[in-house]
Amino acid sequence: MRHIISLLMENEAGALSRVAGLFSARGYNIESLTVAPTEDATLSRMTIVTRGSDDVIEQITKQLNKLIDVVKVQDLSDGSHIERELMLVKVRASGEIREEMKRMADIFRGRIIDVSDKTYTIELTGPGSKLDAFLGAVDATAIVETVRTGASGIGRGDRIMKI
Amino acid sequence: MADMELTGAEIVVRCLRDEGIKHVFGYPGGAVLNIYDEIYKQTAFEHILVRHEQAAVHAADAYARSTGLVGVAIVTSGPGATNAVTGIATAYMDSIPMVVISGQVPTAAIGQDAFQEVDTVGITRPCVKHNFLVKDVRDLATTIKKAFYIAATGRPGPVVVDVPKDITQHTCAYEYPAFVSMRSYNPTSKGHAGQIKKAVQMLLEAKRPMIYTGGGVVLGNAATQVTEMVRLLGFPITSTLMGLGGYPAPDVLFLGMLGMHGTIEANMAMQHCDVLLAVGARFDDRVIGNPKHFAKEARRIIHIDVDPSSISKRVRVDVPIVGEVAQVVEEMLKQIQAGIGQIDQTALKAWWTQIELWRVQDCMKYDRSSSRIKPQYVIEKLYEVTGGQAYVTSDVGQHQMWAAQYYPFDQPRRWINSGGLGTMGFGLPAAMGVQMAHPGAQVACVTGEGSIQMNIQELSTCKEWKLPIKVILLNNGVLGMVRQWQQFFYEERYAESHMTSLPDFVKLAEAYGHVGLLVEKPEDVETALRDAFGKYKDRLVFINFLTDPGENVFPMIPAGKGLSEMILV
Repeated sequence: MRHIISLLMENEAGALSRVAGLFSARGYNIESLTVAPTEDATLSRMTIVTRGSDDVIEQITKQLNKLIDVVKVQDLSDGSHIERELMLVKVRASGEIREEMKRMADIFRGRIIDVSDKTYTIELTGPGSKLDAFLGAVDATAIVETVRTGASGIGRGDRIMKI
Repeated sequence: MADMELTGAEIVVRCLRDEGIKHVFGYPGGAVLNIYDEIYKQTAFEHILVRHEQAAVHAADAYARSTGLVGVAIVTSGPGATNAVTGIATAYMDSIPMVVISGQVPTAAIGQDAFQEVDTVGITRPCVKHNFLVKDVRDLATTIKKAFYIAATGRPGPVVVDVPKDITQHTCAYEYPAFVSMRSYNPTSKGHAGQIKKAVQMLLEAKRPMIYTGGGVVLGNAATQVTEMVRLLGFPITSTLMGLGGYPAPDVLFLGMLGMHGTIEANMAMQHCDVLLAVGARFDDRVIGNPKHFAKEARRIIHIDVDPSSISKRVRVDVPIVGEVAQVVEEMLKQIQAGIGQIDQTALKAWWTQIELWRVQDCMKYDRSSSRIKPQYVIEKLYEVTGGQAYVTSDVGQHQMWAAQYYPFDQPRRWINSGGLGTMGFGLPAAMGVQMAHPGAQVACVTGEGSIQMNIQELSTCKEWKLPIKVILLNNGVLGMVRQWQQFFYEERYAESHMTSLPDFVKLAEAYGHVGLLVEKPEDVETALRDAFGKYKDRLVFINFLTDPGENVFPMIPAGKGLSEMILV
């Protein structure tokens, strides 16, 4: 099953490679991983999207907790949460499909953030499935380039992860 | 004093002094020259110069295993650090508390492919509990304190502190922190009271109870508590290779070692018990074999371990208890003594009757009338001659298993071997570490002609320090365990398991300044051992026992098979 795991860790050189190394050394799967400092500059927050059986996910969270630099681990999938991902997609936008691309961006509540006579660059935010849906909805041959941040997640309401 | 500025090199040495370190194993080199210059000027600890960095780390590791203290090694950058990696990984797999200080090229040269530069923190990351690269001399003392704290607490392990050369020259005020706390590291020490109560009840309800202990009992200093509890209950107990000595092996309740080369009674009782108490053990592949086969028989499992990630990793458990084993077992003992439940003595008696039926098969018997020296016989004689009181280190292979099977350890920290990583070359440097920690003790290194040659250069270190180690070489002329697998599983195709030219070990020992003895006949085994521990008490004695090359380690569970699928002869 797909899980989205959040961690708070010491904002130190090497902390990221400890997490990445753990996943590769133990054969765990990473679908996406994003990391950036938090409002407290000594802490980074990482969101990892992974897949595995309940046993594997239990081991992943235990092994992450075992890393000395990791301060807190939370499996967001255990409860109600929100996740968002940002995608920048450059599409062909010449001739008759130029107008259609604009319409598609509007339908998906995307924003065109860069324009040339042959292309649009569209910014889209949402859960990963929405971004997938956009890519599925436009003609595949019109997609020139995509870049995605990977998911960031946060608990809903009073579900707070802080130290 | 706190106001006086010290160099980084002085700080390293002062930290070790203030940590109470008495012995440091190491090898100098460019990046650690400043540190060595300070070592030269101090008298707080002894530095043991080895002949290869791997040996320094193994020696520090065995020093830790035999004392319970944190072992310390110092190596230089680049090849010094890479040579240390095998030793670090060995300690990591067996959860041994150790601090390795490695030199690094100057900060400005890092990443420039400088001479003797290697990414030590990167290379060691997967085989350390934690590691540090010190980038500011003002962080040095705290970092070293953290290293000792992390190494020794929770589930112990090796910690590497990588110190660039310029940091050893920079100066700052020195103060060694009395303690450190880290928001990201708070190992659980006390077991959950509710879980402990549940465990005791489950254990007392058992019809066919079994207790299985691992290295955690030895490392967690829980042997006394475990022994008291087991004796009070009268339940059968077995130990892993790493747990030997955690319960007195000569005792009738002890069923011998379990696992791939465990006894019938231990393995069958593991497979057929209805309640299993696992203490400081991790159900690894050499212990329970195939987890699917293990799970075929229904049993309830209680698992005590200081490391939550060891619980439910290979086998689902019913009552997990995270905590220090000594504390948890102590608490269980109190509850049992308080009489919170009754043991079903009738069921227990029936269970013991069944166990005795397994035990009576005498799976450890071997041919005692052979005209060739049987390796098992050498170990039995070693036990007799040393009165069972020796520290026994071993290398890896058949000899290791025979030492584990035929030397019944009755105290913890006496059996020193590389269980997890299985590092050939561990035995001799390990014996050095043990002998440095226990100068008057009998120390035997049980080894094979393959393993001993992997760190044989340390005979020179032994000479320098006059270490009266007894090297018990069970020389069967083949890489025995490899040969055994080839015989059983590769249709006797003996690929590269035979060394056609071996040195004259007696002359070799003599060349290093030691006593060398050759023993070819069973009737000479005892005399040689008595001479080694008597006449040559103060010398390193290297005994080359020419043993039966056809001998195999039994019982054996083939890899991937289950506990009840043993090969017996």
